[in-house]
Amino acid sequence: MAEHVAEQFDTAERQRAAAKFGMWVFLASELLLFGGLFAIYGAYRTRWPEDFAAGVRENALYLGSLNTLLLLTSSLCVALGVGAVRKGRHRAQAVWTALAMLLGLAFLGFKFLEYRDHLSHGLIPGSVKLAADTDPGRAAFVTLYYTMTGLHALHVIIGLGVLGVCVFRGARRSLSEQAMEASGLYWHLVDVIWIFLWPLFYLTYGGR
Amino acid sequence: MSDPSYLTEQTGVRSWLLTRDHKRIGVMFFFATALALLLGGIFALLMRVELLTPQKTIVEAGTYNRLFTLHGVVMVWLFMIPSIPATFGNFFLPMMVGARDVAFPRLNLASFYIYVVGAIVTLIGMFVGGTDTGWTFYVPYSTSGAFGIVPVLIGVFILGWSTILTGINFITTVHILRAKGLRWMKLPLFVWTMYATSIIQVLATPVLAITLGLIGIDSYLGWGIFDPSRGGDPVLFQHLFWFYSHPAVYIMILPAMGVVSEVVCSFARKPPLSYKAIVYSTLGIAIVGFFTWGHHMFTAGMSTFDAGAFGALSMFVAIFSAIKVFTWTGTLYKGSIQFATPFVYILAFLFLFMFGGMTGVAVATTSLDMHWHDTYFVVAHFHFIMVGGTLTAYLAAIHYWFPKVTGRMYPERAGLTAAALVFVGFVVTFVPQFLLGNMGMPRRYYDYPAEFQPLHMASTGGAFLLATGLTLVPIYCAWAVFRGTRVDANPWGSAGFEWRTTSPPPKENFGELPDFERSPYDYGGPEIDHVEEAGEAVHG
Repeated sequence: MAEHVAEQFDTAERQRAAAKFGMWVFLASELLLFGGLFAIYGAYRTRWPEDFAAGVRENALYLGSLNTLLLLTSSLCVALGVGAVRKGRHRAQAVWTALAMLLGLAFLGFKFLEYRDHLSHGLIPGSVKLAADTDPGRAAFVTLYYTMTGLHALHVIIGLGVLGVCVFRGARRSLSEQAMEASGLYWHLVDVIWIFLWPLFYLTYGGR
Repeated sequence: MSDPSYLTEQTGVRSWLLTRDHKRIGVMFFFATALALLLGGIFALLMRVELLTPQKTIVEAGTYNRLFTLHGVVMVWLFMIPSIPATFGNFFLPMMVGARDVAFPRLNLASFYIYVVGAIVTLIGMFVGGTDTGWTFYVPYSTSGAFGIVPVLIGVFILGWSTILTGINFITTVHILRAKGLRWMKLPLFVWTMYATSIIQVLATPVLAITLGLIGIDSYLGWGIFDPSRGGDPVLFQHLFWFYSHPAVYIMILPAMGVVSEVVCSFARKPPLSYKAIVYSTLGIAIVGFFTWGHHMFTAGMSTFDAGAFGALSMFVAIFSAIKVFTWTGTLYKGSIQFATPFVYILAFLFLFMFGGMTGVAVATTSLDMHWHDTYFVVAHFHFIMVGGTLTAYLAAIHYWFPKVTGRMYPERAGLTAAALVFVGFVVTFVPQFLLGNMGMPRRYYDYPAEFQPLHMASTGGAFLLATGLTLVPIYCAWAVFRGTRVDANPWGSAGFEWRTTSPPPKENFGELPDFERSPYDYGGPEIDHVEEAGEAVHG
């Protein structure tokens, strides 16, 4: 399909460059959105290192690691999808992207199981029980756990929507290269943020 | 008549509301933000009337708390932040880089509607919820109030996205859509300041978004992230809030500095004394501005070392600002100065901004800040920057670009009258507040000891003088839109790119692309001759 070039661009290349560049700037903005939360995590972990380490120990390491594997693999699929659309292989693009979506859905499924498990143990942020039974450090950890992984899960859901559009338009052969690239970048960002959440909530259980 | 302009190319309400033309979006933003200025001004006047006498004058203490919250929120988020970038930035940035539009016109229109929705949600939230926290939403005021603050937070959150989208659009436009031959170090200075502003918008606003989101969670769900009664740290909120809100001050002042740079060169008919000094000090302010937030919290519990570091970093901003002021005054030296309304506002800017800046150095000094913190001294200081600086530059921009946007000239005599009223009114309003603050008048109080009354009365009188001047502007501008004398492409004889096309410009900005290799500050040499010289002083 011949690409439509909007009137403000001289060439299709410029238009592609703009879409990609704009997405990168947006991702910088997204990073700072999470940056605020990472700063809070840093501040509170410094204050209550033992409580945070204990909180990390209680999280299921195998679930967090499995989810890391799922997300990383889904990013690989998206990258292969971008490669496919560059070669004009729209069907392959749709298949790779759909596979990435499946992996993303599996991620959300495991995350849901985890949340359910936490809630059944009474780890409900803001609840009277949590405030009464635990010291402030533990409560802060639980609250941050829900806030940070919750905001990330929200981004996974948005990303799935974006990828869904790519699959749909790919199947109709009307997906432009820049749209797939920009969507892929967004998905990779979601992935990268998880790579930082994984150690903060599953790996660093050492404490001091 | 030549080709239709952007105003006549399509007509009808629909053609405006669904437009993707950056110029029309800029004009729509202008009306929306001007409305916000009017609202914020009314709240300010109500406060000043209340402060005419000690104790109750017209409203109770609780209502007064809501008034200063309304004034602050409306002025900061609905007016100051979008004012120059979203109106003049939208209109002129693409023209100044020689583009037909911004990189993402649909996103640009979306950012306008996001602004409108955010503004409506914020206002309704404040009126219905009776928000009385001040514009800073400090914990625990914001997490313990009986009133729902959540709608206001959602409103400001939405406004933040409008800002971010505008920023993304501008950065991409400058990078990708510069005309052939237009290199970075030849960009008009206004573009540089808009670029620096956009970077702050994109990188700082999301931190505000997440922080307000957490406040919402705290007050609605009681998770206790910042709420001290649940183990949270309220000072941490202040850190995150000012991590956005201090750079936000530069979102407000940098565009103003861009306007000043343009107007100074046009009206002195000289290139800037040092182009590079202005560019690098602009970038310097944008970068250092991210590391000065702590100076808002000297009294909130901070180690001496931290306070010293934040104080010293804040001084850097003063150095960069001083470099600019010296460059502007140096540009005026031996210039062929044309004395018209935009230039008068620039003179007012230079005086007031310097005054505001020097008191800024004073309050950035930890020991002095202990005395002035949370007093009228600080109130007067930031109003000197925000009103004396930004609003004055905004008014200069209105008058400077009025002929380009409308194709007609505003009435000069009315313009000068309004400018004089604004300047005198401003000084009479805020100089007494410096004195009051130094005497110990705390901010946000509706009551005060009787001996403060004369100064409070002077301040209120000044506020009405200022309001009178400001009210004149829309009146004569509205008249001039229909009845003003028509102007040609370049009534000021400026070398700027935006003046090298018809007034008002055609939809695609330039009929025939001008030579972008020729500097926008080229006031010497033989090329200048084709610029209209009617009514101009002879340049040297």
